[in-house]
Amino acid sequence: MSLRRIRFYGAAGQIGTIAVTLLGLLLLTFFIGRLMPADPVRAIVGEDATRETYEQVYRSLGLDRPLWEQFFYYLGDVFTGNFGTSIRTGQPVIQDILHVMPATIELATFAILIGAGLGVPLGVLAAVNKDRWPDHVVRVFSLFGHSMPIFWTGMIALIVFYAHLGLVGGSGRMDQFYIGLVEERTGFLLIDSLVAGEMDVFWSAVNHIILPAALLGYSSSAYITRMTRSFMLDQLGQEYVTTARVKGLSRSQTIWQHAFINIRVQLVTIIALAYGSLLEGAVLIETVFAWPGFGQYLTSNLITGDMNAVMTCVLIVGIIFIGLNLLSDVLYRIFDPRTR
Amino acid sequence: MEKTILEVENLRIRYGGAPTDAVRGVSFTLGRERLGIVGESGSGKSTVGRALLRLLPGATITADRLRFAELDLPSLSEKEMLKVRGRRMSMILQDPKFSLNPIRRVGDQVAETYLRHFRCSKAEARDKALAMLEAVKIRDSKRVYDQYPHEISGGMGQRVMIAMMLLADPDLVIADEPTSALDVTVRLQVLNILDGLVRDRGIGLIMISHDLNLVRNFCDRVLIMYAGRIVETLAAADLDKAKHPYTRGLLAAQPRIGGGRAPLAVLDRRPEWLEEIA
Repeated sequence: MSLRRIRFYGAAGQIGTIAVTLLGLLLLTFFIGRLMPADPVRAIVGEDATRETYEQVYRSLGLDRPLWEQFFYYLGDVFTGNFGTSIRTGQPVIQDILHVMPATIELATFAILIGAGLGVPLGVLAAVNKDRWPDHVVRVFSLFGHSMPIFWTGMIALIVFYAHLGLVGGSGRMDQFYIGLVEERTGFLLIDSLVAGEMDVFWSAVNHIILPAALLGYSSSAYITRMTRSFMLDQLGQEYVTTARVKGLSRSQTIWQHAFINIRVQLVTIIALAYGSLLEGAVLIETVFAWPGFGQYLTSNLITGDMNAVMTCVLIVGIIFIGLNLLSDVLYRIFDPRTR
Repeated sequence: MEKTILEVENLRIRYGGAPTDAVRGVSFTLGRERLGIVGESGSGKSTVGRALLRLLPGATITADRLRFAELDLPSLSEKEMLKVRGRRMSMILQDPKFSLNPIRRVGDQVAETYLRHFRCSKAEARDKALAMLEAVKIRDSKRVYDQYPHEISGGMGQRVMIAMMLLADPDLVIADEPTSALDVTVRLQVLNILDGLVRDRGIGLIMISHDLNLVRNFCDRVLIMYAGRIVETLAAADLDKAKHPYTRGLLAAQPRIGGGRAPLAVLDRRPEWLEEIA
């Protein structure tokens, strides 16, 4: 088989895997919708509707048809972008989600940049100085990040950095004063304000995002640090590291030009996963900072039993993870010649 | 032996946290010759090699004398050692499967030695590396240059390793079991290439091995190590006339073609060998 053909089958296999995963995901969300104790008809018609109205809505939702038929209807709806209407807000679910998602993406992206920017160098530092004081310091530092409840650190940070020191903006995505000033184009406030040329709004948004992003970043850096440290220790024990030293490379050249490039693949994978869980929404931080994001949206839908919205949220989280896995597979191929 | 390039006197090495020394008072000298160090696993032979390059993290190295050409090795700073490693003294490691960086092109890894030690352009280093790959008898050097370690065979990998370590024209090469990981059929090929280059360039060679026949054929002199000490020093040709019971034991424990099916002799290690010095 020629190399090109192998690559072709590799790509085809990947697309097949994605299709199967996606189908499984849709089955899952469909059954969540059907098996949850919430009654979708009752949620629409209300508690004191007549029996006829109830029956009518029951039929109009297609609930009288066999389950498999309902599933195909559901599939059709999903692929035509019809996710139903949210009972809670009365708006199409997809519109609600498009409204909250950018806030979360913005926060998650900022957070992962901080998390990886902090976690990777610290992990390398700890590995290189294994069992010496930098290693211990890093371990304690990341243990704190891992074990402190984020709603608590969130509040403490707000009190210290916002209330007392006034270094950062408080809750929300920007100062009250600026709300509604910038037209929503992409939903990404940092981008919209730049496009509109409203620098005041932009800096206000930066001021507001920096604290929650730093806290989220710190907590996900704990995991990234730990994994980087163990990946790096693995590599530093390899013979090729000795080879590089024998050639006359310095310790830091060996670490960065030989060992580190061998952990890129693994790093990409774990950072992508960490990013994924941030995109799922950080309910606690979003609540503490009154951040109108995906986490808050999902939670309030769960509480009110708004099943259309919940199903769609689960679907989106699933798709995010499929996408991130695909991305790390692609990077895998770029970074590691053995997988080509 | 025209000129001494290495003088080792009373070399002692202790690993961090270990109760005793791994190498206990080893002394030898080396000219532009091929010296074999033989001994069982754990006898300290590889440790000696790595100590010369000062690549034993956490270990304490002491010696009455440790001279390499004009350099007093223990007094060199780490920065000065960087100019010694790869340039003046290098080491061929055991298994190319592990000793080559899996995600970098083979040729770039060879060229890196040159780039590290000489002021030159990347293209120049590439040309040097290509020439060296040809010197280790890699025919299709341009193609091999761009391959990754997993795409080449073990014998080819070890030739790449030799090219990498001889590229900067060092005075001393330590070969740490250079052929133990190879098939018997390619072993001789690789050894012949190494031997040819070492002779042509007048490089001092320390061959660390536990293969007595290999050392007999490719070395001028042999040191026999046991439990961190040298128990006997011999000309390779005189290996059969060895006097020390440990060396004799090693020789007796070798299987021979046509030697019948009688059980091989088992080394009986005597405690007094731990204390004596040859």
